[in-house]
Amino acid sequence: MRVKKTLGDIGFGFAVVVLVSPALLVFLWMLSLSLKNELDNTAFPPVFIPTEPTLDNFRQVFERNDFFNYALNSIIVSFSATGLALLLGVPAGYGIAKMKATKAAVVILIARITPGLSYLIPLFLLFQWLGLTGTLTPIVITHLVITVPIVVWIMMGFFEGLPGELEEAALVDGATIWQAFWHVAMPLAKPGMTVATILAFIFSWNNFIFAMVLAGRETRTLPVAVNNMLTFEQVSWGPLSAAALLVTAPVLILTLLAQKQIVAGLTAGGVKGG
Amino acid sequence: MSATALGPSEKASGLGKARNYARHYWWFIVPCAVVVLATILFPWGFTLFMSVHDWKIGGGREWVGMANYQKLFTDERFLSSMLRTGYFTALAVILPMLLGTAAALAFHRKFPMRGLARTIFILPMMATPVAVALVWTMMFHPQLGVLNWLLSQVGIPPSLWIYDAATVIPTLVIVEVWHWTPLVMLIVLGGLASLPVDPYEAAKIDGANAWQVFRHITLPLIAPFLVVALIIRAIDALKAFDTIYVITQGGPGTASETINIFLYLQAFAYYNMGYASAVVVVFFIIILALAGLLLWTRARVKEI
Repeated sequence: MRVKKTLGDIGFGFAVVVLVSPALLVFLWMLSLSLKNELDNTAFPPVFIPTEPTLDNFRQVFERNDFFNYALNSIIVSFSATGLALLLGVPAGYGIAKMKATKAAVVILIARITPGLSYLIPLFLLFQWLGLTGTLTPIVITHLVITVPIVVWIMMGFFEGLPGELEEAALVDGATIWQAFWHVAMPLAKPGMTVATILAFIFSWNNFIFAMVLAGRETRTLPVAVNNMLTFEQVSWGPLSAAALLVTAPVLILTLLAQKQIVAGLTAGGVKGG
Repeated sequence: MSATALGPSEKASGLGKARNYARHYWWFIVPCAVVVLATILFPWGFTLFMSVHDWKIGGGREWVGMANYQKLFTDERFLSSMLRTGYFTALAVILPMLLGTAAALAFHRKFPMRGLARTIFILPMMATPVAVALVWTMMFHPQLGVLNWLLSQVGIPPSLWIYDAATVIPTLVIVEVWHWTPLVMLIVLGGLASLPVDPYEAAKIDGANAWQVFRHITLPLIAPFLVVALIIRAIDALKAFDTIYVITQGGPGTASETINIFLYLQAFAYYNMGYASAVVVVFFIIILALAGLLLWTRARVKEI
């Protein structure tokens, strides 16, 4: 019996390794490519551990000073889109929960199932007509399509789960509904807001299609910039991997730090941007 | 929105009155509703309007009625993109569903370093799709790519991966599976966490084996979660864009041109805005039909 159990445990451990390794190996390979010189990167059979680990690839990426420009664009867009979504979406989630107007959430579901491209055609024409192309404004506005539904969806569920007694007590004591929201419900909803903020930020940061269509030379976000490296330049694997790693590193680190909240948020809503 | 806007008379309210407040909560929703109208509903209306016009950027626009739709259903390129999307979606739904459910069952058990293993497992779905797509592109390189080297180690002849019309879609499915299996896992894991304990104890007493327990207790209980995962995965697979666009741009030729890529090219490479809008409408109807079909199946499953 004991032998059978040990064998079962070994088998199970092996299965877990098999499940986890595709994720792990792709990221390790990305890291390996970014730390190797051109000779190692074009060797066949492939070199796994860099013979002479080098940071040259990263230096090359940083030396192109437009990388910082694109990084700044990404930061501005993701922070603005997340901030605005919280400003709009947290009260809205509260209102929907209080009014039990869950039917309003159908709009959110429609936003979830609509392909990102379908917003782009009319909005592209609208921004052209308004003369906003070439600025970051259209990119921030389109990113709201991703962040607002995430925030509303998570906050709605969170406020529905809060007991109403505390706010009702505040209302009895003469608070306005706005005060009850601000001083009673909001502090209780902090964990929900953390989850909403993290997920909205990540999916805005990762978004490619909106900025690809709307951005001009100066207003590219990082995913667009890194894709352009592949298309328009002689492909050199080292710098390309280094750039790719730099683009996705903030998100991966955030995931590692906040994995509990992320798992909770995603399990609850099945949300995903774009 | 401010407190004073609600008027002082409403301040002194009892518990009963608090419930009558309901309509005042509208003010919490209005700003968000305005933005949603502008960014989500306005595009919908405008798309319908554009789809009945011949509308080119730089050119004029002309009312053409249903001509864009008629053209669409005789357009060989669009029809084959529909078939390709179906092929891609079928594979990119079935594989993540199977793998994701298996992974959820594994992560539902307690084992050392489970938290770390689970975090690594969900990393792909949080990673920036473009960045990951670039790494996959390098791995698919026929001469220097690491995947062909791995194949050679186990005695399988090298593949052309994304460079051959016959293998390009299954290859893109690999990336999609890698990316989105974690989402299926998380949804199913949420279902497993909510299971009651009693039926399992009863089954233990009755001497059921592991497979019988899974087949007759776990599977029926998590079925609603599986359907949710299935709907989400099917919709996401239908509208997959980033990885396909970055890795192949629809190529070689049009061998990986799905509806979404076709739509992108019509709108932003050829600037046929009217025609592209018709594609959006048809595409959305397909997505809604699929979601509706899956929800209907779910209702049927519940009856049985």
